[in-house]
Amino acid sequence: MKRVTEYLKSLLLLELAAGLWVTLKYLFKPKYTLRFPMETIPRSVRFRGLHALRRYPNGEERCIACKLCEAVCPALAITIDSAPRASDGQRRTTRYDIDLFKCIYCGFCEESCPVDSIVLTDILEYHMERRGENVITKPQLLAMGDRFEKSIAANRAQDAAYR
Amino acid sequence: MSMSSDPMILLWTLAKILVIAVPLIIAVAMYVWWERKVIGWMHVRMGPNKIGPFGLLQAFADVTKLLIKEIIIPTNANRFLYFTAPLLAVIPALAVWAIIPFDNGAVLSNANAGVLFLLAMTSLGVYGIILAGWASNSRYALLGAMRSAAQMISYEICMGMALVCVLILAGSLNFTAIVEAQAGGKGLFDWFWLPLLPMFFVYYISGVAETNRLPFDVAEGESEIVAGFHVEYSGSAFALFFLAEYANMILLSFLAPILFLGGWLSPFQGWHLGWFSQPGWWWLFLKFFIFATSLIWLRATFPRYRYDQIMRLGWKVFIPISIAWIFVAGLFKYFNVVTIGH
Ligand code: SF4
Ligand code: SF4
Repeated sequence: MKRVTEYLKSLLLLELAAGLWVTLKYLFKPKYTLRFPMETIPRSVRFRGLHALRRYPNGEERCIACKLCEAVCPALAITIDSAPRASDGQRRTTRYDIDLFKCIYCGFCEESCPVDSIVLTDILEYHMERRGENVITKPQLLAMGDRFEKSIAANRAQDAAYR
Repeated sequence: MSMSSDPMILLWTLAKILVIAVPLIIAVAMYVWWERKVIGWMHVRMGPNKIGPFGLLQAFADVTKLLIKEIIIPTNANRFLYFTAPLLAVIPALAVWAIIPFDNGAVLSNANAGVLFLLAMTSLGVYGIILAGWASNSRYALLGAMRSAAQMISYEICMGMALVCVLILAGSLNFTAIVEAQAGGKGLFDWFWLPLLPMFFVYYISGVAETNRLPFDVAEGESEIVAGFHVEYSGSAFALFFLAEYANMILLSFLAPILFLGGWLSPFQGWHLGWFSQPGWWWLFLKFFIFATSLIWLRATFPRYRYDQIMRLGWKVFIPISIAWIFVAGLFKYFNVVTIGH
């Protein structure tokens, strides 16, 4: 008897009809698609995007060339050279390169930095057009910091309570 | 017929061919768009929506891309057969439209043996696939071609038998006559789907298998043999295979209504609903649209059949049912159970 019912079930395509019913229901559901350039989803203040080097309010760069970030970086994406600054003899970086192709956006550099110099901004829309542009240099990083200081500071202030 | 009128006849025939072929090709483009839209919706996505209003021009962008791409010929391919194969696939797929009636009288060639022509043309198309698989000298392509050959042969039998049942009832090989034989005062209950219900399903499912569509697309089998028979084809040669496949799907979506669902007849014929009871091409196109969408629906729903399951379904389920129902149809005809025509 069981075999007969099984046979009839498969002959009448009942299970296939059930499957069709499921897809039909999904046809009318609201869609999840995000129309990306026109729509974006809200981004967490902890979002780890493109890097930036910050400055103090008086314009002095924060980085003291301690190389902790270089040491902690698991992807070996950061390369730092340092030398005494000509004007006042303070130790400063002469080279600060981040290879964005190596970087895994773990945020360890930001965590390790004693002076909150290197940070990861919440910017995720960027691209490179030529070979070599994946390595961003110190002036570029400082420029990023200057440009987005407001949002960087605001994000950190908002997150401070939970750290 | 005088000789001087021959060029005119040629031009006139050419014009009639264009009137069918050009809208067909545009319909293929629109069908591809509709397929991507519906599958997208069923996946809770939006589908193409960037090029043109609602992404309508997406298919044309794709065609342009395909046409300007380089055609790569495998070194050891048999060049003659390699280029003949796509033509063999696409020419029958277009030629078969000569005998498809869109309305009473709206047909390029009202051939009396229309059904035979249909069977001949749809069987020819498979040679394109087999030759493509063989000529490209690639294992994947050959596997796809072999699968396709076995599958087409098995399902052509059931399809032919389903047609035989229709022929027995209609008593004609002419498509217009077949549709007119389904006319009657009971509207949709006079159509052939009712007396031939199992054959209707057999025909439809075999049709899906014949067009190599999911869940019967083992010949293509993206996840197993990459793209099967057309894996070595690029650019416009691939576009021809694509065109043939979709033209065949559109053909199936026209034939199923013509053979089983009364073609251009109104489902409310004889119910005295005024305009709704009138036959007309719009009924055929409405039925076509439903069938065409159902093919997409199948694709969005089912995973691919395993190869031996396809064979089992064809030989052990469909063919016995078809043979049995040919007798049933014969009995229907003999005892005049089904009213034919008005
Ligand atoms: S985010 Fe991680 S991987 Fe990237 S530079 Fe900083 S420490 Fe290295
Ligand atoms: S960015 Fe911070 S951690 Fe890295 S070298 Fe400068 S001060 Fe040290």
